[in-house]
Formats: sequence, structure tokens, C-alpha cells
Amino acid sequence: MAAAPQKIEAAQTRLDAMELPKGGFTAAARADALDRVTRMGLPGPRDEYWRWTNPAGLNAVAPAAAAPFHPKDEPANFDVFDRIRLVFVDGVFDEDLSDDPVVNGVELVRLQEADDRDIHWAQPVYGVLEAAGQKPVDRPYAALNTAAASDGILIRVTGKASKPIHIDYRHQSEESDPVLHHVIKLEEGAELTLLESGPAGARFNIVTEIDVAPRAVLHHLRVQGREQQRQALTHIFARVGEEATFKSFTMTANGALTRNECIIDIVGDDARAHVAGAALGDGKTGPFHHDDTVFVTHAAERCESRQVFKKVLKNGAKGIFQGKILVKEGAQKTDGYQISQALLLDEDSQFLAKPELEIYADDVVCSHGSTTGAIDETALFYLRSRGVPHAEATALLVLSFMADAIEEIDDEALRDDILSRLEGWLSRHRS
Amino acid sequence: MLEIKNLRVELEDEDKKILKGVDLSVGTGQVHAIMGPNGSGKSTLSYVLSGRDGYKVTDGTAALNDEDLLDMEPEERAAAGLFLAFQYPVEIPGVGNMTFLRTAVNSQRKARGESEYSAGEFLKIVREKAKSLKIDANMLKRPVNVGFSGGEKKRNEILQMAMLEPKMCILDETDSGLDVDAMKLVAEGVNALRSEGRSFLVITHYQRLLDHIKPDVVHIMADGRIIKTGGPELAMEVEKNGYSDLLKEHGISEEMA
Ligand SMILES: Nc1ncnc2c1ncn2[C@@H]1O[C@H](COP(=O)(O)OP(=O)(O)O)[C@@H](O)[C@H]1O
Ligand SMILES: [Mg+2]
Repeated sequence: MAAAPQKIEAAQTRLDAMELPKGGFTAAARADALDRVTRMGLPGPRDEYWRWTNPAGLNAVAPAAAAPFHPKDEPANFDVFDRIRLVFVDGVFDEDLSDDPVVNGVELVRLQEADDRDIHWAQPVYGVLEAAGQKPVDRPYAALNTAAASDGILIRVTGKASKPIHIDYRHQSEESDPVLHHVIKLEEGAELTLLESGPAGARFNIVTEIDVAPRAVLHHLRVQGREQQRQALTHIFARVGEEATFKSFTMTANGALTRNECIIDIVGDDARAHVAGAALGDGKTGPFHHDDTVFVTHAAERCESRQVFKKVLKNGAKGIFQGKILVKEGAQKTDGYQISQALLLDEDSQFLAKPELEIYADDVVCSHGSTTGAIDETALFYLRSRGVPHAEATALLVLSFMADAIEEIDDEALRDDILSRLEGWLSRHRS
Repeated sequence: MLEIKNLRVELEDEDKKILKGVDLSVGTGQVHAIMGPNGSGKSTLSYVLSGRDGYKVTDGTAALNDEDLLDMEPEERAAAGLFLAFQYPVEIPGVGNMTFLRTAVNSQRKARGESEYSAGEFLKIVREKAKSLKIDANMLKRPVNVGFSGGEKKRNEILQMAMLEPKMCILDETDSGLDVDAMKLVAEGVNALRSEGRSFLVITHYQRLLDHIKPDVVHIMADGRIIKTGGPELAMEVEKNGYSDLLKEHGISEEMA
């Protein structure tokens, strides 16, 4: 079915205003993606998949202005961890702020540099996982990203990475609009922890393609900054091989618009894929709209997937969850789990959820649930009766609410890092 | 210590009177017991004293050492020295028992202008007190009351009481759901906390707890009022004859109680 003319026109207008790199090894993938997005068009208000998130701000040729943090308010991001830090300022790589990209067991290069070459290890991944993730739902912005990405990091892990790799995004220009595309390839048995932090621009579009080979392990932890006005659209496309582990956790605090899509294909037997998120929004300090859209496909036997998403919303903040588990024919003994929950701290906030299961195998265990609730008054009274003041008791109950999502972070130090960020946010947003 | 005068309480959302003029005075260092049939208003009294939402005080006063309790927030009452051991302790998943205890103790210390305990200092104190209540280290690490047995929950209440060192302790049906050994352990914990400066109000349906925590005064509550006050022998009387005679004497039908 051909896309609606308005959608096609929106894509054309947007593309006309963009600079599209020709690319070296990515040239064919870029051309293919350009062709796809031109035919798909950009999301329109009548698209089922965009029913609850208005794409207008993303479709606009120029982003709405978004004030960055004053540099002195910039939170410390993973500073206590021994890691390789790679810094992008408004989508432009900053060599001076970045560490030498030397990590045992890892080959690391920028997309912009590598794209001078015609042949590269990233070629079989770049735009390939993205294209595969376009079925059964169109993800035009991901195709647009493949076509237009100006830079990104290509990471190939061959052993156990000696330290985490940290991509640190900085936002300094009110009108920046970066398009970044990362490729992460974990070879058989390899292990990596990937950290991401901060808003990459006033509006940003990031695609990360992750290929996890058999028995490889990826831990991904992302914190999406405290800035109020920025608009974020991210896609993770992961392919998970036999006995491999993929774990991704995202904490989001603030942001006028965030849509995090995570598309996971489990293709090898006995693999594990967990994706979790904790989002905090307070409409009092600016509009907050947060959308987690997840699609997990089981195409192999005895695999386990978990989706655990928690949102804490107040003062008119809005949360969205669209999550699907698709179990293909033959994917026997699948263990699929999905939970999305919102804690509404007042009556002005809203949570909309669409949990879906589609199962074509007969021997599987899949469950999903979604709840919306308020603070438990009995628990609140219990804490207060022990002398804990109202605001602190509420904060404890919020942390209690988010605990299952935070539990998804395996590393204790990283878990504590996230906990203290959550506590910090809660203490800044007491009323 | 605790002075309650003509306390009348209704439900906030419903036109239902629950406490119909309660008078009660607990002296410093004393142990009072309140007994009474189910539904007579014992838990309501404990909730109203500790400041739970949902109740409307229509008349009367309640003071702790001459401070008006009814005007304070629950956390202020706690900092002033009031403690309620819940009939049904609340589970709080994802919050470690130790974190909960330390937050509570330090909040109260802060409210009273005292210095807060460091994590190390606190750990030492809590371990000691937990040991005497046979609470193992595991229970301190687990989330508050989650997966605790009935006995563990009640022991955890007593541990909180031991850590918070309140002046006025209200124990609501601390014996309910416990076997004899568990009840003895809880009673020992309470007895260890008895002191000249600390008072107790022990709410119970049965006399058996009072064999272990010896009260100075026993009150019988029915239909939202204290209908009789006496010494420990009053508890024995109830144990032997039940509440029927007492209720009849006061013109209260069994359903009303
Ligand atoms: N929140 C409430 N909502 C409705 N009824 C209540 C509530 N609290 C207490 N009651 C009613 O008030 C009466 C006294 O209850 P309660 O104080 O729990 O008695 P006791 O502890 O002596 O068994 C009962 O009839 C009970 O049903
Ligand atoms: Mg009761």
C-alpha cells in the first residue's frame, strides 16, 4: 500500500532540508534507506504506531529551540568509573574532550572516518539490522537516520572489553539537530558494557545497531539527561545469537519528547534479551512526554525475554508504552515477560499502554501486564508513622515502585549510580 | 504521658461514628491494656492517635506529655515519641529493611535536632538489637516485611520500636497470628523495653499476651467506648467468661460491639 501523499511530502520536505552524506562503505545502505524513507513517508497523526505520540515536532524541518544546561549544571556522568569516554557536542565528535579510543579487546572507530573506505567490518550491519526491523511496522525515522547519519561510533568487540565504553552527549546549541548512527558488533563470546549519557542536541535522532554473536554479552546502560525542552528519538536494533545475552536499561528524566524504540530479534537458541526503563517526568518544570516502544521477536528455542518499564509522572506528565512480544513458529519453550507500570503522583498525569502478545508456537510461557496507580496510602502512613517526613516517604515509595526495573541492572556500582540519580531527581521535584 | 478525653471519631467518607467518647489516661512508665470484641474501635483509636487519614475527630482531645497530638502530622507525632506497632505491618518491596530503619531513626533524630547516625554506627546498634529479638542479618537486608512470616513481621515491628526508642508505645494485636513461641519472643522484646520513662498501650483480643506482658491497668472497650477499667484481674475475668456479661451489663448487643 502506498503511503499517504502528506506523509511522502513530509519526508521529501525534511530530506530536502538535510545534508545527505554519500558515504563510502555505507553508500549502498544509505541509498537503500533513502529510497525506503522516501516511499514510507514520515509518520502522520493517523498512524496507529504514532497514535499517542505526536510526530509533528520531529517532522518539522527545524527543531524547536531547546535551551541547554549551563555547563556548571552539567551532571557528572559516570566520572567515577574507569571507562573510555567519547564525547559528541551537538552531534559533533570532540576529540579534545574524548579519551584515546584504546581498549583491549575492542576495535573502535568513528563512522565519519571509517566511511572514507569502501570496505569495512561494519558493512554487513550498517543499515541491515535497521532494514530488517522495518517489518511488520514502518520506522521511517530509523531509515532516515541510516540515510542521513553524519557520524557515530563503530565498535567491534573481539574479547572481553577491558573497560566500559561511554558515549557522552553534550548539548550546547539551542538549535542543534544531530543524526548519529552507531554500530556495535560483539563477536562470539565477547563482552562489553556500553554507557550513554546526556542529550545529543536540541532534537536528536540516534540509531544503534547491535549484533550480539553467540555467547557474547552486552550490557547497555543509558541515562537521558535532565534537560527540559530537548526532543529525542532513538532506535536500538539488536540481533541476539545463540546463548548470547543482551541487556539494556534506560533512565529518562525530563525532556519535552522522548521516544525510545527498541527492536530485538532473538535468532539463536538459549539466548536472553532484557530491556528495561525508568522514566521520571514532572510537567511543572516543562512538558514531559515519554514513549517506550518495544518489539521483541522470538525466532529461536528456549530463549528468555523481559521488558520492564516504569514511569513516575506528575503535574501533567505523559507516559506511553507500546510493547510487543512476537513468538514465531517453532520458537518453542520461549519465556517472554512484559510489564509496564506507571505511578501517577497526581490526577493530571496520564499513562497509556498497549501491551501485545502474538504467539505462533504452542509450548511457550508468555505474560504481560500493565498497571497505573497512585502512591499506596497505607504504605505512606506506615513510613510517616515511623517519623519519615511526607516528601521523603513519597520518595522511598517511588524508589520502591521502580525497584524491579532497577534490578535489571546487573552491575552493583552502576545500579547505585542510577539510584542516586533517581534520588537526586526526586529531591529536586518534591512539590 | 497519654491523656485522651472524650474522643469522638467518625469516618471521613461515611457517616459512621466509631469512637463515641473515649477517656483514657496512661501514666508515665505504666502498661495499660485495652481488650474488647472485634469491631469495637481499638485499631481506630490507635490510628487516630498516630494520625492516619480517613478519620474525622468531632470532639475531644488527645495529648502526649501535654502536647496536642491531633494537630500534628504523623511524622511529628513519631518524633514526639509516639510509636504504633501495626496489627498488619506493611510490605514495601524494593526498600531494604536497613534503609527503612536508618531513614526512620535519622529522620526522628533530625526532627529533634540531634545528630544523624552514620551508616557504620547505625549498623552496630541495629545488629545488637536485632540479635536479642532473634532477627537475623538476612531479615535486615530483605525488603521491608516482604516475604516475612507473621512472626517475623511482628518482631520487625518490635525492632523498629527498639531502634526508635519511643516514649509511648501502642501495640495493636501484636499477638495475632503468632504461635506461643513467637508470642513469647515478641513479649520478651517488649519487656526488655519497659522502663520508668516509657509507657505502653497494649491492644489485644485475648488475655494470653497479658500473661507475658503484665499490665498495670486493663480497659475493656466496646462500641467505641471504654466500658470498664480495672486491674489485671479484669483480663482474667474476660478470659473466663467472655465479653457477653460485660456487654449486657452496659446494654450493648453483641452485634453492636
Ligand atoms: N476505614 C474504615 N472504613 C470503614 N469502616 C471502618 C474503617 N475503619 C474502621 N471501620 C469500622 O469501625 C469499626 C471499628 O473497627 P476497628 O477499629 O478496626 O475495631 P477493632 O480494632 O476493635 O477490631 C468496625 O465496625 C469497622 O468496620
Ligand atoms: Mg483491630
